Amino acid sequence: MNKNLLYKILFIVGTMLFFLFGILGVPKSLKPDDLLTALTDHIHLGLDLKGGTHLILQVQVNDAVNVDAQNAMEVLRDQFRSRKIQYTDITQTDPQNNPDHIVIKGVPPESRSDLRTIVQDRLQEYDVTSGADNSWNLAMKPSSLSDLKSKAVTQAIETIRNRIDALGVSEPTIQEHGLGQYQILVQLPGVDDPGRVKEIMQNTAMLEIKQVIDGPYTSQQAAYQAKNGIVPVDQVLIQGNTLGGRAEGEQWYFVSRISAISGKDLRHAAPSTDQNGQPNVNFQLTREGGQRFYNFTSAHVRDSLGVVLDGRVREVATINEPIRDQVEIKGHMDAQAAKDLAMILNSGALPASIHYLEERTVGPSLGADSIRSGIRAALIGMVAVLVFMLIYYRGAGVNADIALIMNLIILLGFLGWATMAGVNVALTLPGIAGVILTVGMGVDSNVLIFERIREELRNGKTPPSAVDQGFSHAWITIVDTHVTTIVSAAILFIFGTGPVKGFATTLTFGLLANLFTAVFVSRVIFDWVLSRKQRGEALSI
Amino acid sequence: MEFFRNVNIDFLGKKWYFLAFSLVFSVAGVLSILFWHGIPWGVDFRGGTLVYVKFSHTPDLGAIRSAMDRAGLKDPKIQPYDQPALNEVLIDLGIRETSEKALDEGKTKIINALETNAPAGKQDLNNASSLTIKKHLLDKDPMHLGTDADTKYTAQAQAIVNYRDKVMGGVLTSLDLKNALGVDPAAASSLPDGFFLSDFGVRNVEIVGPQVGGQLRTQAGLATLYSLLGMLVYLGFRFEWIYGIAAVVTVFHDTLITVGAFSLTKTDISLTVIAALLTLIGYSNNDTIVVFDRIRENIKLMRREKLSEIVNRSINQTLSRTILTAGLTFLTVLALFLFGGEVLRGFSLALVIGILIGTYSSIAIAAPILVAYQDWRLERGKRPVGIPAAKGR
Repeated sequence: MNKNLLYKILFIVGTMLFFLFGILGVPKSLKPDDLLTALTDHIHLGLDLKGGTHLILQVQVNDAVNVDAQNAMEVLRDQFRSRKIQYTDITQTDPQNNPDHIVIKGVPPESRSDLRTIVQDRLQEYDVTSGADNSWNLAMKPSSLSDLKSKAVTQAIETIRNRIDALGVSEPTIQEHGLGQYQILVQLPGVDDPGRVKEIMQNTAMLEIKQVIDGPYTSQQAAYQAKNGIVPVDQVLIQGNTLGGRAEGEQWYFVSRISAISGKDLRHAAPSTDQNGQPNVNFQLTREGGQRFYNFTSAHVRDSLGVVLDGRVREVATINEPIRDQVEIKGHMDAQAAKDLAMILNSGALPASIHYLEERTVGPSLGADSIRSGIRAALIGMVAVLVFMLIYYRGAGVNADIALIMNLIILLGFLGWATMAGVNVALTLPGIAGVILTVGMGVDSNVLIFERIREELRNGKTPPSAVDQGFSHAWITIVDTHVTTIVSAAILFIFGTGPVKGFATTLTFGLLANLFTAVFVSRVIFDWVLSRKQRGEALSI
Repeated sequence: MEFFRNVNIDFLGKKWYFLAFSLVFSVAGVLSILFWHGIPWGVDFRGGTLVYVKFSHTPDLGAIRSAMDRAGLKDPKIQPYDQPALNEVLIDLGIRETSEKALDEGKTKIINALETNAPAGKQDLNNASSLTIKKHLLDKDPMHLGTDADTKYTAQAQAIVNYRDKVMGGVLTSLDLKNALGVDPAAASSLPDGFFLSDFGVRNVEIVGPQVGGQLRTQAGLATLYSLLGMLVYLGFRFEWIYGIAAVVTVFHDTLITVGAFSLTKTDISLTVIAALLTLIGYSNNDTIVVFDRIRENIKLMRREKLSEIVNRSINQTLSRTILTAGLTFLTVLALFLFGGEVLRGFSLALVIGILIGTYSSIAIAAPILVAYQDWRLERGKRPVGIPAAKGR
């Protein structure tokens, strides 16, 4: 055997060992049970095969923008007051859809430059333009706006991850979903009760501290009647909901639209007990948040404050003195509620509320059935192809079959290595279908080459030159066909989710592996066969 | 063994038959899409609530329907799912019963409606999650555990759920679980205190809100479009633009006929079916490229021949490979269709149809387009450029 050929064979054997290790690692023994454990350790199954819960959430990013805009309005009022600039009104023009659009009315022309300075110094994220009748329009710069929105999503992902980790779910997937629509994909293998998870994720929405202006009223109507049906723009009516769910009838409060501080000003929360031994939650504010809270409480001594969680007033207290950084939520909760609340507050408040867009649960029994039928189909398809190749191409059929099996080993080994490297590539049911398709399409390369070799032999070429010609002609075609299929698979990977991504992954790597096995490995086998033949002896194909 | 040796079929001479065949199928598909079944989008794309329910006995569809009516669910689609022996039913609530405000409301309503024999204060063990069971065990404390009761009861609850789902296939018929693997007899005997058994278990739930559906439809459309565009550009770069156009027209023809077949048979187009369609785009293109490659090669060797002669020869030379590959891929896909189970049914149907059409079209559509283009140019008195040029070597 010539040396070059020997090296190539060694290279192939090395590659195979490398990928076999990817599939199995070093199994404890060669018993079927140990092999199976080794296999499932290395190749992770997707949610559709393992069973579990799949959720897609929409982050209401406008909530985050709204918080920022409210802040900006507060800054403007503050600055106007200290610089003694007159104005009649500061409002949002479209709080629902474009919360960052702020209009300032009635600013005298001589204060023009002052206004520009304020925006330049304090509100760099905003653009200011003048409108009709001494009004000014502020809107967030497009780049700042999209930054803020994507930050809200990243922060929401982080928060949800903290919460789910606290639940003890193994191998959860929490990542941004889709193409910039501010959605999050949450996959929880083995969780058969999405209700509980959703509760934990939702419970943990927004913390705000607001000034309580009026209340409590016993019903919504009573509240509106008290105001003669007209609610001032800077106030909102929200329902009270005491922690621990103590039934006292309904409570409604008018609170300021603007929050004194919100969840992002929080540094740390801890469950504790007050002087009377009642469970409560203590929290500390960040330096900046504490400063703001101090300013606010100094200006509102004797007023009422409300702790608002998820849009419900949870606690109302009177401000006795300015508070800097220690806040306490007390009363009406048991120790467990205090612990939960502290956990929720610590994991960080969601920067924006969330909606559920999609929910899927796969029962574990269904997953098991799918695996069985998927594997059965794969085996039947594969055996059919292997047998056919043997019958049709005889000697060369063995060659094709070896290439095909190596193709599968590389594909599965790749999945195993990727898992070891911490990349999330799970084998899904469509992924198994991708493996089957790889078998079908992978054999195409062999057929192309073999048919070409037969043709060259018919044209009277000697076996070595027919093999040579066969490979070089078929190579061009193989590259073209693989590139186009990989293009579709790549597009699938970009657009698809979950199971479809799994399919695109297996298809792509199956085809890449195919380039190696059907062309390189197959060629080496031919060369080896030819090297053992006498000159002029026929090739079995 | 060899099936095709020195075949010489005049494929181009039969182009009118091919055209008629393709027209019949595409027009039938398009008519069905426009006037009959429309595009039968699956739940992924149209939104809605699908609940797969397994019964412990042969399900009575009429009784299920009247239970749904009583629960106020408007015209749900109720149909048997998979093999009859499995006693499975698919309940499909349209998008009207699915809102993003309360996404899982429909599911809860279905379960409540089907739990006809629910005694007050007891929960259904067939549809209880392991957390519910754990909570029950913690409350009753049948094993008299002190410390680490939480972990032990979590394990017990998990064992009960495993027995139900993995050993009994999803539905229990008896509350007596004393002999179930890993379940403590004391824990098992406390179950009747808090649970009853309904005659069904929910195997699988898919709820897709209206927003996601629309968004996915756009994405699927874009994915298909980009895929076609990618091919056009690659082939234009490797061959000539007319080759790219011919390939894309061919693939479009395949996609249209396959989607048409889904519409005619009213089979749901799910996300995985779209994946199958994109794979077909790649596959059908493979076939086309193999023929084109041979044409490119033969144009250099046979400079005197007419293009139609060259194309015919090229198709015949690659025929053996085309039929073999198609046959083998078809074999694997057929295995998938027959043995791959209900979940992959739509996916493998798309591939079964697509592989047949894709193979046919590379011979019957792609090659004739090249020749027709050339004839058209010659008629207008221009040199037959475009075709003979062979790049990429």
